[in-house]
Amino acid sequence: MSGAARITLLHGGLIAALLALHFVLPVYHHGNMARIMVLASYAVGYNIVFGYTGLLSLGHALFFAAGMYGMGLAVQHLGMGPGAALAIGVAAGALIAGALGLLALRTTGVAFMIVTLMFAQAGYLAILYFGDWTRGDEGFVIARASRVLWGIDLSDPGNRYLAAWALFSAALLASLWLVRAPFGRSLIAIRENEARTVMLGYDTFRLKWAAMVVSGTISGAAGAAYALLFGYAGASFAAVEYSILPLLWVLLGGAGTVLGPFVGTLFMFYLIDLSSGITTAYMLIAGVVLVLLTLFAPQGLMGELRRRFWGWLP
Amino acid sequence: MSLLNVRGLTKLYDGVRAVAEVSLDIPQGEVRALIGPNGAGKTTLVGMIAGRITPDAGQVVLAGQDITRLPAHRRTRLGMAYTFQITSVFARLPVAENVALAARPHMPRADVPGAVQAALARVGLTDPSARAGDLSYGHQRLLEIAMGIVQAPRLLILDEPTQGLSEGEIDGFKALVCDLAAQTTILLIEHNMDVVMALADRVTVLNAGEVLMTGTPAEVRADPGVQSAYLGAP
Repeated sequence: MSGAARITLLHGGLIAALLALHFVLPVYHHGNMARIMVLASYAVGYNIVFGYTGLLSLGHALFFAAGMYGMGLAVQHLGMGPGAALAIGVAAGALIAGALGLLALRTTGVAFMIVTLMFAQAGYLAILYFGDWTRGDEGFVIARASRVLWGIDLSDPGNRYLAAWALFSAALLASLWLVRAPFGRSLIAIRENEARTVMLGYDTFRLKWAAMVVSGTISGAAGAAYALLFGYAGASFAAVEYSILPLLWVLLGGAGTVLGPFVGTLFMFYLIDLSSGITTAYMLIAGVVLVLLTLFAPQGLMGELRRRFWGWLP
Repeated sequence: MSLLNVRGLTKLYDGVRAVAEVSLDIPQGEVRALIGPNGAGKTTLVGMIAGRITPDAGQVVLAGQDITRLPAHRRTRLGMAYTFQITSVFARLPVAENVALAARPHMPRADVPGAVQAALARVGLTDPSARAGDLSYGHQRLLEIAMGIVQAPRLLILDEPTQGLSEGEIDGFKALVCDLAAQTTILLIEHNMDVVMALADRVTVLNAGEVLMTGTPAEVRADPGVQSAYLGAP
């Protein structure tokens, strides 16, 4: 089988399997999986910047929250329909990533981490500060009536699952296409050796900025979809925890692999879910597993798979 | 006509003149070697020509166009290819992808695979799917050169290309450069005098940041000033 055929089969197979799960999963796991797919879409966005371009951002919660609040506030205060509000959420993610990229990409390494972290904290604090509109920590519920998109009621679990599946499929395929296209290849070159990439004729600032915008757009879309599908927008999604989580998911699943973000999100979600069934000190179990994984599969689950067996994995 | 004109390039590091008012003219089609003892300013000079280092004064002109203020990637797109002194191929990527990355900014997408194949054949690398980092050192240097020539540059800058190569590999390299010289202008920074003598049309000798002389290999070899710069004052 050719490389392209294997890649299509594997990624198409995951998308098909997730669709099939819609019909067989018990209610509890069905609900979990819808949430996992939305969060995995966020991780896919994060992976573009971190896994493929090699930029360690600690501020992606800002883009996720931009999508979430762009969507939520447009519904809540501007009385917009969910379709338009969704578009505003996605645009907010793209716009803020573009603006932050122009500033933060003037730095590299640790300074980049700190600058992105600080801007995200500023965004979080701004959400708290403008509590009259955002309802701060408490957040606000998006009414069921505002969650009917093109006649489909997204508060219905079945529809919600399918919407999450559509979002995730789009994010996954976009990322797969992207990293195999010349643009994605040049991002990988930047990750591997930026100085060399410049001397081959690439404008690496512009490329890194474009990666930020793509990543922010996908992250914003995930945030907006989260608000739409689960009917809630709250400041906790803008907090630093939501910048660290995608980093963790991507690291566990395999940074710089297309499937890694999904595998990592799924793994982490059920690790916490299962260990909290055993003890209230579930973070202890989760922590030990994470340490073991870092020791024995430092490139993440899919990264390890690629290293050992599937060298062709994109 | 000159392909590259360098006028009065100067670089100060903490007040020390690493390169002082260096001027060079490299005619189209020439193989020019740049030699000089360690610390003579070769790497700084070439860094300023390629756009990796900003000069404090002076001018770089490529084919009549002043490129002094252009960033490095724009210079590369104008036809200036630079191969690194320390091998810096993309070690975790396949050989063919390394060359394709070098090719893409310089040609339509459809031409890339053919150009990659031609460049690899030219330098004699036979396994395009091997990881670049798994190649022997000599082959990594050849890959560097393939990444340079696939850009079909007007000016190819080779920074210490034979460093760390075996005798046999150096002979192969000499044959390759002789072959390339028919199509492109080459600026060769080189320590190995055998290589310089065999390949260069003319040689510029740099010492303490200044041009000591420019001449044919024979003239340079016979010059007492060059000898004292290399061997110390008699």
